[in-house]
Amino acid sequence: MLDGDPCSILDNELVKPGKGQAFNRVKLRNLKTGRVLEKTFKSGEQLEAADVMDTDMQYLYNDGDFWCFMEPDTFEQHQATETAVGDALIWLSEQDTCVVTLFNGVPLSVTPPNHVELEIVETDPGLRGDTAQGGSKPAKLVTGAVVKVPLFLDQGEIIRVDTRTGEYQGRVSSK
Amino acid sequence: MEHLNQWQPGANMTALRQRSRVLSQLRDFFQQRQVMEVDLPLLSRATVTDLNIDSIEARNEEVGAYLQTSPEYFMKRLLASGSGDIYSLGKAFRDAESGRRHNPEFTLLEWYRCGWDEHQLMDEVVELIATLVPEIAVRRCSYAELFIQHLEVDPHLVDLTNLQSLAVAASSEAWADETRANCLDLLFSVLIEPQLDDGLVLVYDYPACQAALAKCAEDSQGRQVSRRFEGFLNRVELANGYCELTDVAEQESRFTEDQRLRKLSGKAAVAADQRLLAAMESGLPECAGVAMGVDRLLMQLQGADSIDQVMAFSWKRC
Repeated sequence: MLDGDPCSILDNELVKPGKGQAFNRVKLRNLKTGRVLEKTFKSGEQLEAADVMDTDMQYLYNDGDFWCFMEPDTFEQHQATETAVGDALIWLSEQDTCVVTLFNGVPLSVTPPNHVELEIVETDPGLRGDTAQGGSKPAKLVTGAVVKVPLFLDQGEIIRVDTRTGEYQGRVSSK
Repeated sequence: MEHLNQWQPGANMTALRQRSRVLSQLRDFFQQRQVMEVDLPLLSRATVTDLNIDSIEARNEEVGAYLQTSPEYFMKRLLASGSGDIYSLGKAFRDAESGRRHNPEFTLLEWYRCGWDEHQLMDEVVELIATLVPEIAVRRCSYAELFIQHLEVDPHLVDLTNLQSLAVAASSEAWADETRANCLDLLFSVLIEPQLDDGLVLVYDYPACQAALAKCAEDSQGRQVSRRFEGFLNRVELANGYCELTDVAEQESRFTEDQRLRKLSGKAAVAADQRLLAAMESGLPECAGVAMGVDRLLMQLQGADSIDQVMAFSWKRC
């Protein structure tokens, strides 16, 4: 916690002048605003731990304003804002299990599954017999994400994508 | 599973070959100048009393001992025994120092020149670095010049309250009641060091409150300074040198002051090294000495951004 906002530590560097006291240059991301800031702390200085909790939840639907998630054990539902959903937006399909980070019980951020299987809704026609060749083309997926796929894939096919890198992992099946 | 991959060295084979080459270039440099290499203990019953340097403790035959944080005390005992000019190229240890530029065990080059002052020794630091990086840019300036250039304050004359407000502005409220030495260190590290020129920058006339084992004196403008210098290579602290304190009474009172400060900050008591004091009592020749971090030197030569990339096995791999 820093000035009332939860932050995640991106980088923590020890600074130790030869004969001087050690301190730490810490790079933090404010989880509410997404801003990155740098702070200097004395080594050993204590900060309040943010009361954040990662919980697996099922994505249910988007009602236009909010994205609705449900805890599978308690069926408790949580509304996430667009800021909280952030970059996860382009990977969300209904029924998928995501990690929702709660801060004081309110969704602060959403992490999609590492791998998702999604249908191609738009791409140039596939080039048959080109399965061994390299080369790629953009393909738009049902959730709105655009990923690079091999030339032989067609609209309607389902592919596996790594959401951390946005990379195509393989073909799952045709519809 | 990252720890399972850590059986491999952090440095690649090119980096290890360069380390081997640089170690032999350093030895050649001193051999050509008739400076004798000395091979000194890493394990000793005594250690430094510095407030901000913590030794790693060890045991031998049920007796407490310490891994040495630098070869300084042993080297001064040799100087007092008539060794003449000497250098040491070996390991040193400091507790709880790990980071991009720190490893708890590191390679330190330290040398002493009898009858020299710190300015002559700075000349030799430049010559040494120039054998490794020909045509390196060199700037020499006093600690005060840098503070006046970047912060418009005189570090020797500014009062503590002003210094503390500058430190608070540069970091946080936690610095509001810090000591003069700590505020100066913070401001230097955060606001000046990142602005230093490329190449080698030698900074001399450190504040008297940061004298460590250097003689104190008045500078050309009558301010109390310590005859200590530091070398920075591409903005990374690389070397620390002194016109060495030879007065045993002054040395004893600095040890006592260290011990008082350690007690105040709740740190373990460390006894003063009586054998060093006895050596100084018998007579330490007038000399200048400097210690240089070899791993950091290699980082700069290779453009590495982590010390792990220039060491075979840094602490996380041990």
